[in-house]
Amino acid sequence: MLLIMGFRKGEGMLQPPTSEAPSAEEFMAYQQELGQAGVHVDSGVLDSFEDATQVQVNEAGERLVTNGPFAESREYLGGYQIIDVPDLDAALDWAARCPGAKYGRVEVRPLAEF
Amino acid sequence: MGPAGEPIEAVFREERGRLLALLAARFGDLDLAEEVTAEALLAAVEAWPRSGVPREPLAWLATTARRKALDRIRRDATLATKLATLHADADPARRPGLVPEHEHIPDDRLQLMFACCHPALDLDAQTGLTLRYVAGLSTAQIAQAFLVPPATMAQRLTRGKRKIQHSCIPFRVPGPDELEGRLGLVLHVIYLIFTEGYAATGHHDLVRCDLVDEAIRLARILHRLMPGEPRVTGLLALMLLTDARRPARVDGHGIAVSLEDQDRGLWDTSMIDEGTRLATQALTHHPPNSWSVQAAIAALHDEAPTAQETDWHQVRLLYDELFALTPTPVVALNRAIAISWHEGPQAGLDHLEALAGEPSLARQHHWHAARGHTLARLGCHTAAAEAYRRASELAQTPAEIAYLSARAEKYSTPG
Repeated sequence: MLLIMGFRKGEGMLQPPTSEAPSAEEFMAYQQELGQAGVHVDSGVLDSFEDATQVQVNEAGERLVTNGPFAESREYLGGYQIIDVPDLDAALDWAARCPGAKYGRVEVRPLAEF
Repeated sequence: MGPAGEPIEAVFREERGRLLALLAARFGDLDLAEEVTAEALLAAVEAWPRSGVPREPLAWLATTARRKALDRIRRDATLATKLATLHADADPARRPGLVPEHEHIPDDRLQLMFACCHPALDLDAQTGLTLRYVAGLSTAQIAQAFLVPPATMAQRLTRGKRKIQHSCIPFRVPGPDELEGRLGLVLHVIYLIFTEGYAATGHHDLVRCDLVDEAIRLARILHRLMPGEPRVTGLLALMLLTDARRPARVDGHGIAVSLEDQDRGLWDTSMIDEGTRLATQALTHHPPNSWSVQAAIAALHDEAPTAQETDWHQVRLLYDELFALTPTPVVALNRAIAISWHEGPQAGLDHLEALAGEPSLARQHHWHAARGHTLARLGCHTAAAEAYRRASELAQTPAEIAYLSARAEKYSTPG
């Protein structure tokens, strides 16, 4: 799974290598490449992290609902790609080609097998 | 006894590493590879005294190990499912179990090295896994060599192995566009093993000195597998030319001896000859790389009859070149020392003082010791004693502490 991470702007935050966000066209082209290579399984793009809502359930089973992303986090998840590739090197190659890698970073994680 | 008359154990040391690499590359599972390697060796210990050592011991072992691996996979359904998900080997001749005993057995240790030194692993895991699986040291030996508790080392290895398996780090030599960087990591790991052991010479700690031999052995394997790669040749040359001085580095009382004062008659001439030959070979490639330049510097030291007679002009030029390739504070320090010999102690001291603000140098004894030495040559004894004292406080090994304290003592004595 490729987790496409973006950096939050602000004081003391990590800054992306370039300030310009990747365009939708770049992501579309990437998506198409994944499809043509036959490695694409699933993907999703998340809306603005400012529209996030948090839910926690405490020991008494009560819900705690708060507005916004976790205040301390310097990065946010912008989207994901699930790809089917034989090994880590192949996954890293695809991660490096992801437009998100130029503006934030892409975390490569194996899906756990049960 | 083996085919050339060597005992079975000696055959095993070399074959064990190749066997493990072969099985790891085939099955993509280090645990399985390790278990069936051990089983195959055990089978050999039982069979060979009766039937004699086979003409191709490795082929015999490989066939036996593969058979045992396939047995295990058949017995263990989980393992079978797991391995079935691995991408199929395109070449049917390389499929486990289908290889005739007389075939040429490929040396897969290169693949194993690249897997163990994959950038997805941290440096501790890289060095640990390389020593465990490529060099074939036991977990206890590695723990002792790195001065950590065996449980800590075992955990480090387990975590590294887990990462290789779970994130499917491939047992493969990277393609040409990636090889440059990835080979750099392998060389870095081997050199780190070397320096870890070399820094400990004089500890009278044989296990730690063993790291030096292991690093050279790993570089030899790498050199055999990549004979045309100048960085590999350069690294092997550098280690041979440095280790050649081992017998003279510490005196009979366990005190370190500086390069200047070493009894050069104790240096290992056959290692110097081999190292010089390899360094020359590595330097014919252009552009030069930092390993061959360092090897060339070591060769110039090794061929000089005394410190004074060293070709300091050439050494200095090589340090200029090295600094252009790797502009690190340590290289700048060594360059300043070369300048102190080439242009004189005052010029050397000026260059050393210019590095005074480097935090990485201020924390280690080398910079302070070099300053002490240069100040002493300039006749500034009090300042020299002070610098040597600071160096002795920062030094790590007993041999170095003893040497630096003695120097501090010498220059603080009036007259």
